[in-house]
Amino acid sequence: MSDTQQHSVAFVRTEAIPEREPPYTASGPLKWMKDNLFATPFNGILTIVAVYLIYMILSSALPWMLNGIWTTSSLAECRTVLDGAVGACFSVLTERWNQLLFGFKYPSELYWRPGLAFMLLFVAIAPVLFFDLPRKLLIFTGLYPFIAYYLVWGGAIGVPLVALAGCVAGAVFYQSFVARNFALGFLGGVIAAFVTWYIGGLFIPDGANNTAWMRAVPSRDLGGFMLNMMLGVTCVSLSLPLGIALALGRQSSMPLIKVICVVFIEFIRGVPLITLLFVASVMLAYFFPPDSTVDLFLRVVIMITVFSAAYIAEVIRGGLAALPKGQYEGADSLGLDYAQATRLIILPQALKISIPGIVNVAVGLFKDTTLVSVISMFDLVGMIRGPILASTAWNGVYWELLGFAAVLFFVVCYGISQYSQWLERRLATDHR
Amino acid sequence: MCVWFGAEDLRTYQEEVNMNKSVFFGALTVAGLAVGAAAAGTLDDVKARGKLNCGVTTGLIGFAAPDANGEWKGFDVAVCRAVAAAALGDPAAVEFVPTTGKTRFTALASGEIDMLARNTTWTFSRDVDLKFTFVGVNYYDGQGFMVPRELGVSSAKELDGATVCIQTGTTTELNLADFFRSNNIEYEPVPIETNAEAQQQYLAGACDVYTTDASGLAATRAAFEDPSAHIVLPEIVSKEPLGPLVRHGDDEWGDVVRWTLNALITAEELGVTSTNVGEMSASAGDNPEINRLLGTEGTLGEMLGLDAGWASAAITAGGNYGEIFERNIGESTPIGLSRGLNAQWTDGGLIYSPPFR
Repeated sequence: MSDTQQHSVAFVRTEAIPEREPPYTASGPLKWMKDNLFATPFNGILTIVAVYLIYMILSSALPWMLNGIWTTSSLAECRTVLDGAVGACFSVLTERWNQLLFGFKYPSELYWRPGLAFMLLFVAIAPVLFFDLPRKLLIFTGLYPFIAYYLVWGGAIGVPLVALAGCVAGAVFYQSFVARNFALGFLGGVIAAFVTWYIGGLFIPDGANNTAWMRAVPSRDLGGFMLNMMLGVTCVSLSLPLGIALALGRQSSMPLIKVICVVFIEFIRGVPLITLLFVASVMLAYFFPPDSTVDLFLRVVIMITVFSAAYIAEVIRGGLAALPKGQYEGADSLGLDYAQATRLIILPQALKISIPGIVNVAVGLFKDTTLVSVISMFDLVGMIRGPILASTAWNGVYWELLGFAAVLFFVVCYGISQYSQWLERRLATDHR
Repeated sequence: MCVWFGAEDLRTYQEEVNMNKSVFFGALTVAGLAVGAAAAGTLDDVKARGKLNCGVTTGLIGFAAPDANGEWKGFDVAVCRAVAAAALGDPAAVEFVPTTGKTRFTALASGEIDMLARNTTWTFSRDVDLKFTFVGVNYYDGQGFMVPRELGVSSAKELDGATVCIQTGTTTELNLADFFRSNNIEYEPVPIETNAEAQQQYLAGACDVYTTDASGLAATRAAFEDPSAHIVLPEIVSKEPLGPLVRHGDDEWGDVVRWTLNALITAEELGVTSTNVGEMSASAGDNPEINRLLGTEGTLGEMLGLDAGWASAAITAGGNYGEIFERNIGESTPIGLSRGLNAQWTDGGLIYSPPFR
């Protein structure tokens, strides 16, 4: 039997074939390249073109960067050292880094002050950005504007102290009367703050800035990337509450408030930022007597804040409009009044929807701060276009300087963008 | 643009129109205040303040730019320092107010600055219509041409059929058209926006010729990797007298600035330099004009409302006109401008000061 079986079946395998490697064309990097880079002839052509382009860019940029000169004291010396070879002249950054970061007039022995203010900025905004942190940190956030002002401008310590006292007085007044009557609490708070500022101002002696422990630095001496950061942070943080107020005001059923908000928003949005900046720097000088002009930095902050507030207001209005009507009705049916409904139900949802738009405005605003260079303030771009390129040593260095500026701006803007994406994921409570 | 290179050429008519409007609004709103401020007299204001507010450019190679230590240096800056030394006795008592081509006139008209030394061309409309007083000329500029040496051109009249890089909307554009038409030759303009762009376009060979103010051409050429491969042609096709200016209506202050500039020019003519001025002003010498200039004889300083040593202080600040020229833009600097029109009248140039008498 076994015999016949052996003969009728030609071959029977009694054990499994050992696993073998897949053919090299169907696995590993080759397959990956086939699937992803050369799947179709068209994709193949695109891949080859892209690789060629990348090669072209790197082959010219890499030697330029790696061969860079960091230690000479002028462009002419750079060229002598390079002797015809391709290479960047980064010496301009090593010689002028302080001017690029702080402007050319900020006293160099005081660089630690804005540096410290910059470090503290992260401590101050951390509890605002990440709400898992202990809420007590918000106290520091509230104090930060006064600390930063004192660090950057210096001068008499009385100035930030009186400013703080006025804010505290206003807040206390508001807290104690708002329960009885909102208008009384709000207006009374504002008046209390101004009264405190006025009385406090009398206690600061004339010329206190000259004898102050922290040397006073006038606004005109601020510059460089520090100025961009200061304008950006101040204006974004001021324009957000103002924008929310304008957006709510535009939806108001009270005609006067609605008209004011609409006119304000439409007027500001209809005017280019650069025009507002020229008004701040040129026109306002005519409205004040020559000796008592309002600080140029403050004028610019007001103009940029107003400008971005109008845009943020429209972004938030979009968020408000996107909320289903049921949310408003639900709030009403719970018996919440306007303030409660807005604070507890409407705004949290509307703001969440508006995050991408707000971040868009914030990033745009931060980059727009470079426009102040046209009104002869020496921000980062102003420093590059003016003093540095106009020095006999560095006239003709473009790529290195503007590349450095691009890197600084990219780091900040990319950071803002990444944070906003994290925030959106974190707040994603919808049922998608 | 104006921020870069002298670039009077960039002045557009629009700028002056805007200027008039803002002056008008300003006049409406603060007429009373402005009159009150002007009546005090700028010289008294400057003395009371202890500082001269001097408008300069935001950065123009050789003429005004802060160095690595934040110190303002340059040809126009030296005029500010000389005036501060004459009026206040201290060349460091200057608050430099950087202005752009667009903000300079309003800054001066509104009283934010006491004088403007920002290589500004003296023109009829600025003097008469904008109500400024040009107190003199510290640099005679003019529009020139730069070509690559290998083109083998030695005169602008040989540029028939050339492509020319030209900044749009400027007086250089009009001057260029005039020059080529009057010489009956053809050209093809390549419009560009800024000087930086012009530099790149010209080096890339997009145009055969680059034209702008001669001082700007020299500075542009100095920044090239191989400046000797390019030449600036001898023809100058426009007049751009650059000089400091003050507001109309305060002639005492105008005189201080005018005669400080003249003192620097006269000092060069008479051979008074920063090294020998101390010795010469210590006691009266043989030359009566030097004595009057340096205050060892006569009462010229008193007539201006200044000390007798005003001119020697101005000369000590940065040297005479020739020294200032050589140190900032002269042939020993990378910019390498020759004196040319800006030589003393005794050497065949236009630099000429009325006598100190």
